[in-house]
Amino acid sequence: MGSKDFDLYRTAEEHEMLRESVRALAEAKIAPFAAAVDEEGRFPQEALDALVANDLHAVHVPESYGGAGADALATVIVIEEVARVCGSSSLIPAVNKLGSLPVILSGSEELKAKYLAPLAAGEAMFSYALSEPDAGSDAAGMKTRAVRDGDFWVLNGVKRWITNAGVSEYYTVMAVTDPEKRSKGISAFVVEKSDEGVSFGAPEKKLGIKGSPTREVYFDNVRIPADRMIGAEGTGFATAMKTLDHTRITIAAQALGIAQGALDYAKGYVKERKQFGKPIADFQGVQFMLADMAMKLEAARQLTYAAAAKSERVDGDLTFFGAAAKCFASDVAMEVTIDAVQLLGGYGYTRDYPVERMMRDAKITQIYEGTNQVQRIVMARNLP
Amino acid sequence: MTLRIAVCVKYVPDATGDRGFADDLTVDRDEVDGLLSELDEYAVEQALRISEEADEAEVTVVTVGPDDAKDALRKALSMGADKAVHVNDESIHGSDVMGTSAILAKALEKTGFDLVVCGMASTDGTMGVLPALLAERLNLPQVTLLSEVSVEDGLVKGRRDGDAATELLEAPLPAVVSVTDQSGEARYPSFKGIMAAKKKPVEELELDDLEIDEDEVGLTGSWTLVESAAARPARTQGTIVTNEDGDGGKQLAAFLAAQKFI
Repeated sequence: MGSKDFDLYRTAEEHEMLRESVRALAEAKIAPFAAAVDEEGRFPQEALDALVANDLHAVHVPESYGGAGADALATVIVIEEVARVCGSSSLIPAVNKLGSLPVILSGSEELKAKYLAPLAAGEAMFSYALSEPDAGSDAAGMKTRAVRDGDFWVLNGVKRWITNAGVSEYYTVMAVTDPEKRSKGISAFVVEKSDEGVSFGAPEKKLGIKGSPTREVYFDNVRIPADRMIGAEGTGFATAMKTLDHTRITIAAQALGIAQGALDYAKGYVKERKQFGKPIADFQGVQFMLADMAMKLEAARQLTYAAAAKSERVDGDLTFFGAAAKCFASDVAMEVTIDAVQLLGGYGYTRDYPVERMMRDAKITQIYEGTNQVQRIVMARNLP
Repeated sequence: MTLRIAVCVKYVPDATGDRGFADDLTVDRDEVDGLLSELDEYAVEQALRISEEADEAEVTVVTVGPDDAKDALRKALSMGADKAVHVNDESIHGSDVMGTSAILAKALEKTGFDLVVCGMASTDGTMGVLPALLAERLNLPQVTLLSEVSVEDGLVKGRRDGDAATELLEAPLPAVVSVTDQSGEARYPSFKGIMAAKKKPVEELELDDLEIDEDEVGLTGSWTLVESAAARPARTQGTIVTNEDGDGGKQLAAFLAAQKFI
């Protein structure tokens, strides 16, 4: 007992130094704009600039392609600390990983060199285009088609709910190349914003994450060179699913950050707010709420960090852990942010305080990258 | 020729924490987290900028402090400094600025340098005299409180913004400079910087290595002594002047005059 060197179940010193650095940056450069970004529904350019200037916009890119080469846990910490002050801004590092991971996991060396370097340099962002108007949870039911034409593929179709659409330069797009084979007839491609025939729908009017544009992406006879296919023909769906095993953990990270931001705010508020002649923090009913919030959040964090370590090692039980972390952390984020609003009472219900924004931002984490119902299907099929 | 830049940094108690004194009236370091003094971050930043402008340069961060002071060095290394020197000896405990400057001067001489960069003051003691003391002890020119600094052709040049005038100053190297919080925002350690810092050398020195007698430093060697310390009393409610009979202005003026504000 009492050995300070016991290194199990704690993050490494460098991970905590990274957290300290990102937290300081986020509080100074991102937090001051979070309310305006939400209110005006505008892209958090200040956050992007600050993240790029400090090489935190796509930390997961390997060093061999000019990236920071951060492991999955370090990436989680970056996303978490950005989300703690601004949910919308945390989608910059998160979606850069989601969009580019198919290339990292399955792309050719040429494709990696071509598309990861600009991402790492902060010159281009990367989005992920899987969902369609009629293919959400049933992603394999997609209708976007890619038809071979010599050395080109010609894409036609519509993708929906595409995060950072219009801002991102690059898109990983899953499309049907063989309609007979269902999921095994789907292939993945890198499509550039500037490719002829690519256009975007109006930004969705959302409940939260209002600073991160969500739009439809249209493909109208988009001709792309055959070497932009990610991996072999027919492997696109498998790549898409493998990607999600890793990136669901980044959504868990986002949920953790949003919840931590709400808990931290509520913790400060209850010490200041006086009723019946004393701070409301002195009331046991309030204390119990805070205890529950912190307990759930800490459990979610442990599960998420364990899942991140599994992602880095690509453990056999990653699929279960990724789904479990995403599902649990997002449910916790919803509960914690709702309780934070409750602790602030009427003030919490107004946009003069940040917790209602955090509550609205938390909701999406239960929905995207697979609804929490789908996560439970995934978990049930991959029970440890 | 490598330009050797040494940066003096201090590990200070976190000002947002609950700071207090130990029984011997030195800072109670066990009760509060410490960090790299924010004002020294500006010094590290300027040293890094000078080194980036130079053909060849090496930045060494130097501190005098207890075991935990290595955290301040690690932070400076993760920002981009090349190596660190940590003077750590139990006999140093309680040293005032005279003792600290004596130790730093010896450590700097041992390490070797062309330019010493300091912050404008520490955020805990807020003395602000260390750069001048160092320059005296090292018998070097001092160019203090700069808001802009550069090195060209063997000269250190800088701008000092005073209340009444702005001075452009220069001195031949080697020299001691200090930079203000207006000199330019300090960078945040990047992931790569944090990982690289793990592998950078930190030289540990004790008083014997610097040939300093322990009686010259610590509580016994200090020129100043803290006799007592008390927490500042809580702020009391201010005076509220209400303009009921039309003489609010007079009341306000009388209050300000009584406080010697006007």
